[in-house]
Amino acid sequence: MKASRVISVLRRHLTVYTKLYLSSIALNFAEPVLYLAAFGIGLGAFVQQIDGMPYLNFIAPGIIASSATFGAVYECTYGTYVRMFFQKTFDAILATPVSLYELVAAELIWGALKSAFYGSIIMLVLALFGLLPSALILFAVPVLFLSGLLFASLAMIVAAIVPGIESFNYFYTLFMTPLFLFSGIFFPLTGLPPFVENIALLSPLHHLVTACRALAYGQTGGVFTDVLWITAALVLVIPWPFRLLRKKLIK
Amino acid sequence: MDVVRAHALTRKYGDFFAVNGIDFAITQGECFGFLGPNGAGKTTTMKMISCFLPPSSGDLHVFDMSVCEKPGEIKARLGVMPQEDNLDPDLNVIENLIVYARYFGIGKREAMLRAGELLKFIELSERNHTPIKDLSGGMKRRLMLVRALMNNPEIIMLDEPTTGLDPASRRSVWDRMNELKFNNTTLLLTTHYIEEAERLCDRVAIMDRGRIVAVDTPRTLMITHGGNLEDVYLKLTGRTLEG
Repeated sequence: MKASRVISVLRRHLTVYTKLYLSSIALNFAEPVLYLAAFGIGLGAFVQQIDGMPYLNFIAPGIIASSATFGAVYECTYGTYVRMFFQKTFDAILATPVSLYELVAAELIWGALKSAFYGSIIMLVLALFGLLPSALILFAVPVLFLSGLLFASLAMIVAAIVPGIESFNYFYTLFMTPLFLFSGIFFPLTGLPPFVENIALLSPLHHLVTACRALAYGQTGGVFTDVLWITAALVLVIPWPFRLLRKKLIK
Repeated sequence: MDVVRAHALTRKYGDFFAVNGIDFAITQGECFGFLGPNGAGKTTTMKMISCFLPPSSGDLHVFDMSVCEKPGEIKARLGVMPQEDNLDPDLNVIENLIVYARYFGIGKREAMLRAGELLKFIELSERNHTPIKDLSGGMKRRLMLVRALMNNPEIIMLDEPTTGLDPASRRSVWDRMNELKFNNTTLLLTTHYIEEAERLCDRVAIMDRGRIVAVDTPRTLMITHGGNLEDVYLKLTGRTLEG
């Protein structure tokens, strides 16, 4: 594995991104504002306080975590799949000295960078609304990169095994949506029946949300455990996109 | 000097032998063609030489290096023009060349110089900033050819370089290939066009169902077996090239 070759692929993605998608960056600002309006102001009018904080403040760090996560997941499901099968970009790259493992590594790192980048943008918006009291939230950026690698790996595993692009619907409906709803973004998991709570505690997004919320309030106590959990899951998952794509592309 | 050497080279997909124990050697500077109908094993052979598919068994050496051991080093010295259009549709003409060169570790300044020369060579100089989707089929094919030349390769591999092109575009690609031959670059191509094989190839390997049934100069093949290459193919395999 040569770093310079991984970087050459990352620079391809960056060139495309700055050319085609940077103009749509305003949409990334719009999304968290919509969430805040709907849940914070709309729903927040009925829910007074959770864990001793206003509802808007409660959900803000979770919005950072979920937007970052979806950034990585979209990139490494649809994005990777389109490059791999429709545009044949992978075939072109693999005719050069870049190896399949270098290419997969670049895809994962790109997904993780998007996670950190999207998270940072949303952080900025929420900070402007005064919803992030502690500057410690900045430490969430590397955590978002780490969790981004984990979610990018999960997404690429799915991209490697789906029979067609429409099958991603199963992954989003059966995995991502429950993850989004039951990871403690909108309500604390303690309110759930114990067995559901135990399942929800396994959600990697839950650990990311908890870490972001703690940092947003300047607490560092539980962050270490959450980061450790994310790291352990990453170590377990990350070999699989490499193995499965090798099988898929080289047969 | 042989730049490619294959011995008992085999590639299986499940129980199907796409390439079944072939031997061949390609000499530096020659234009070597694999001739045969679809499914003869030409593309699979090319993919093994370009280190994309590992052989199931047998030996394959390119520049005296095994494709299993040194794929990165081998690919750095090859130029590959695939059958399907895999130009980067998110990038324009010049960006396609610059980004591709970067995969070889070639910096932007050097890549710009080289891209400028090469685009002149294929008469696409005026189209630096054209999006890929606005190029005609023939232009795309020519652009894929120069993309394969960005790293100054010692062997250029062309998989069905003119399939699906109109006669004028085909002639234009042939002209470029002839110029490359004059520069003593090794050319390796697959084709099912008799005319292409006769015009360009110094030697032809006739492939049928994963095997090489004959290797020689087009002229010798035609003299030995009588008729043109189409007749030679029919005689050796009992089938036509369209089959």
